[in-house]
Amino acid sequence: MKKVEAIIKPFKLDDVKEGLSVLGVKGLTVTEVKGFGRQRGHREVYRGAEYQVDFVSKIKIEVILEDELVSDAVRVIQEKAKTGQIGDGKIFILPVENAIRIRTGETGKDAI
Amino acid sequence: MNTGDTAFVLVSSALVMLMTPGLALFYGGMVREKNVLGTIMQSYIILALITCEWVLWGYSLSFGPDLGGLIGGLDWFGLRGVGLEPHGTYGPTVPHLAFMIFQCMFAVITPALITGAFAERMRFSSFLLFTLLWATFVYNPLAHWVWGSGGWMSKMGALDFAGGTVVHISSGVSALAAALVVGKRLGYGSTAYIPHNLPMTITGAALLWFGWFGFNAGSALAANGLAANAFVVTHIASAVAALSWLIVEWVHRGKPTTLGAASGAVAGLVAITPGSGFVGPVSAIVIGGLAGVICYGGVMLKGKLRYDDSLDVVGIHGFGGTWGALATGLFASKAVNTAGSDGLFFGNPGQLGVQFVSVLATIVFAFVMTLIILRIVHWIAGVRVTDEDEEKGMDISMHDEKGYSY
Repeated sequence: MKKVEAIIKPFKLDDVKEGLSVLGVKGLTVTEVKGFGRQRGHREVYRGAEYQVDFVSKIKIEVILEDELVSDAVRVIQEKAKTGQIGDGKIFILPVENAIRIRTGETGKDAI
Repeated sequence: MNTGDTAFVLVSSALVMLMTPGLALFYGGMVREKNVLGTIMQSYIILALITCEWVLWGYSLSFGPDLGGLIGGLDWFGLRGVGLEPHGTYGPTVPHLAFMIFQCMFAVITPALITGAFAERMRFSSFLLFTLLWATFVYNPLAHWVWGSGGWMSKMGALDFAGGTVVHISSGVSALAAALVVGKRLGYGSTAYIPHNLPMTITGAALLWFGWFGFNAGSALAANGLAANAFVVTHIASAVAALSWLIVEWVHRGKPTTLGAASGAVAGLVAITPGSGFVGPVSAIVIGGLAGVICYGGVMLKGKLRYDDSLDVVGIHGFGGTWGALATGLFASKAVNTAGSDGLFFGNPGQLGVQFVSVLATIVFAFVMTLIILRIVHWIAGVRVTDEDEEKGMDISMHDEKGYSY
């Protein structure tokens, strides 16, 4: 079991979700996040006063998958979230020890 | 008594009333999320506080029987003798009570304008005390000087149709004094004080623009041609100033902003206020056009001089009001209002001098008095919240509530 975490551009969320659904992914968690990477921030101007905003708004997707699905999911996310511009985001893959469905107590693969 | 005039003045009073909640939104959108209620409250509660002050002693001090050209007497304390019949000088065709409530709305919005200068850091209790003292010792005398029967500025011939000196210069200059005494916000220079809800600010600006028709046209105190002139030049100046501000910032910073359009509209409204009953449409275009440029420059100044006037009261009301009062001395014309005077461009250079004296007197009086009042308030209660409370935000630290829960 693996967790795939992807930081993506907010407007790409729908495409990514659609792609993962087609793949058979049954659930995912989405968070609005802020951060910076190579893209750096952007400039905002209020009444002529300039502010450098260092943190850029992104979306973080977290999805837990069976090992066999991971490479396909990563491919789909990369395909769907890509614009080719700086700031497209990153994908992280982490091992997951176990999963438990709270309602039924099922564990492992059955709980995903 | 004239029923049309009475209806007009009452409706105008309601329009001006709406400007204060409008100002609350205008300011509320420009602060950070944690201060939205604290900022809105500072305008909103003035509507309640100053209405009481006005009815008890404020109206009498401003418009009561003249004492030496400086202040009104307390003969009308609690509106004693202010009744259904017209007063000979103050709106001879409308009930004295109608004139009183129209003026009440002006007394309310003026101290509310100042709150933009110390937004995000002033203690609520000290703010209430300051506002009460300021209304009594700054606004009431000034209103008497300019509009009261026997006031020294009106006897001198200074023209201020709807409150360029009384409302805008006084609040703008007091805002500067307040920003200096209360001091900079935490993190000044390193923190980005980014407005949290500009749609709210623009809604507020729209309400101000709407209410301003009551402010300026209503100041004719009659439903007549002069009111129509004031209405028209008010609209023109606001429109032109919104455009001129936009152009200036487009050139200066590269993008036209919605906050710029809203700020420019308000700058134009401020600048036309003193002249709205004395100048014609073409003059209004010039007054509005320059207001956008002058107030943009005024706002830039705070960064150079490093005072923290949070929401640009000095830049917009101080600079806009001063420009408007002087512009009245340039563009006033008896062709618009026979009861007024001609300005410099209409063959009477003396009027500009009279306007200059009234501007200077207002600036000095308001600045010095505000410094004194704030020092006293600071000595009694402390003007500023603790650093910890400021960090938490006014909403939680002053009012135990939040603007948004999600």
